[in-house]
Amino acid sequence: MKKLEQLLWLIAIVGFVAGAYGLYDRFANGHLNVSYGSYIPWGLWIGAYIYLVGVSAGAFLISALVYAFGVKRLEKIGKLALFTAVVSLAIAMFSVFLDLGRPERAWRLMFATNFGSMMGWMIWLYAAYFVLLVTELWFALRGDFVAWSNRKDFAGKLTGFLTFGQKDVSANALARDKKFLRVLGTIGVPLAIAFHGGVGALFGVVGARPYWNSGLTPIMFLVGALCSGGALLTFVTFVFGPNHGSSEHKETVLFLGKIALGLLMFDVMLEWAEYSIGLYSAIPADVASMKLVLFGPYAWVFWGVHIGLGVVVPILLMFWQAKSPFWVAMAGLLIAVTFFTVRLNIVIPGLAVPEMQGLGEAK
Amino acid sequence: MPVTTQELVQFIVADAPVGTPEDPLVRMQEDLKRAIKKPENQRHWVMALDLRKCVGCSACTIACIVENKLPPGVAYRPVLEEEIGTYPNVTRRFVPRPCMQCDNPPCVNVCPVNATYKRPDGIVAINYEDCIGCRYCLTACPYSARTFDSGRHYLDGTPGTPAAITGRPKVESYEKLPAYEYGIAWERKAGASPEGNARKCQFCTHRLNAGMLPACTTTCIGRATYFGDASDHDSLVAGLIASPNVMRLKEEMGTEPKVYYLV
Repeated sequence: MKKLEQLLWLIAIVGFVAGAYGLYDRFANGHLNVSYGSYIPWGLWIGAYIYLVGVSAGAFLISALVYAFGVKRLEKIGKLALFTAVVSLAIAMFSVFLDLGRPERAWRLMFATNFGSMMGWMIWLYAAYFVLLVTELWFALRGDFVAWSNRKDFAGKLTGFLTFGQKDVSANALARDKKFLRVLGTIGVPLAIAFHGGVGALFGVVGARPYWNSGLTPIMFLVGALCSGGALLTFVTFVFGPNHGSSEHKETVLFLGKIALGLLMFDVMLEWAEYSIGLYSAIPADVASMKLVLFGPYAWVFWGVHIGLGVVVPILLMFWQAKSPFWVAMAGLLIAVTFFTVRLNIVIPGLAVPEMQGLGEAK
Repeated sequence: MPVTTQELVQFIVADAPVGTPEDPLVRMQEDLKRAIKKPENQRHWVMALDLRKCVGCSACTIACIVENKLPPGVAYRPVLEEEIGTYPNVTRRFVPRPCMQCDNPPCVNVCPVNATYKRPDGIVAINYEDCIGCRYCLTACPYSARTFDSGRHYLDGTPGTPAAITGRPKVESYEKLPAYEYGIAWERKAGASPEGNARKCQFCTHRLNAGMLPACTTTCIGRATYFGDASDHDSLVAGLIASPNVMRLKEEMGTEPKVYYLV
């Protein structure tokens, strides 16, 4: 266990250093080194954004199972789920912020909003969701803050401040917290569905891109969100969940794994629907995008990373090692990490097919 | 004594009949003068492209780049080329593609910050000072008529320019000339608009205001590009777009393009 945690720290540090260099380059050279090309204007940043915002929505909806629907088996990981949702939302927003050509004007999204644009809606939905998430996390953690605030070190001071003077931990006060959590969790469910379905709709409404332009797009975004969020939580719970090694911990991991597995299968079914109908009906631009995914130069991303490592291997692990929290967690990690390729395979192939014949060569 | 165009044509072409039609550019220039006297909301700018006359020289693309000081990666008016047949029976087809200035522009609806809009004279414009550079409009345009100004320069990656990590690349003097889009002098400075913005063809609004035809129209050696006010029935372009051999690109998208192709 200790070893796994150390490995994760190592990955985090390496990632942080690489990310810091990237951040420097972004601010020093702007968009120069991104080289999207004239006709593929979105790339990794938008991919990372829709991926992480999906993870956030998925993790939040799982926390809602605890706070809004009172699922007892997951009670212990409610806080962890909320925390995962906050962190992934923050990184997602940062990704899309860096993607803007003029990030210093991002404020216009809120103060000059065009509500006729899906993107205009997104900023308000994210803002509402962010406020709700932070508030809910505070209510969920208040008891812990009070317990920690007795310590004499920095953590004690910080948690003492974070209680904002609300140090009452009587049964009455905690029951009140729980009530707030239920209300916030319940409001959050439609909100999470709205914002992540909204991201799907942002792509779905673009009539110029037949590959995106489908009523199924927002639904696939939502199912993918639940799947990737649930899978990541399976892993996160295994590593950071309370009472490591207890039978309760084990049960929680296995239960989360089952949720992720079910959602993964549902997601694959939707993918099948999208691809089989698209290929059969043979609308040229739609088929061209799908062929790019299935047989193009990056077909290994779909077959190797997504189908192989993200679907087949996790399903086999979850069947053969159904009782092992370690292997179920690993399967969760694989699903969560490889899901990034699913998002990339939405963004890029939709743009990579030239909208007009001969456009590729034009300068 | 000044020589008229007509006399010149008659001098060159010995058999030219008396009353040879004047150059379409002269006619369109007169049409334009009439149009800009009208209030803005009564002008309906349209462009007509005669594909039978286009020789694929790309002079319009170059003239556009020069006129609007476009950096690499930004294209307002590419000429799409299509090769038909197999060797030795090969031919090429050319389709110049400016912005269609749609009456139902999908790019305008998707802008999250109201930075792009349809002007009363039909031109789809971008307010460079408002655009946040999200590029959603680029994805929404069915004609790929919008491109992103990522701040590149023509000598990027050539010897003598510093590597990307050590600083901004060398900028040639011709790249520092201001562009006059929308009648504003846009100085090319690092981090200043239109860098980081979506950009598009706007029928050379700044030239129209000065009574000049768009750069692509003036420069077209085959006289394949026509421009004018469709609401003026005496204009050359109004007659052309009423001809039976006219088509528009991706009519099925319901965008109502204002660029017509004569085929």
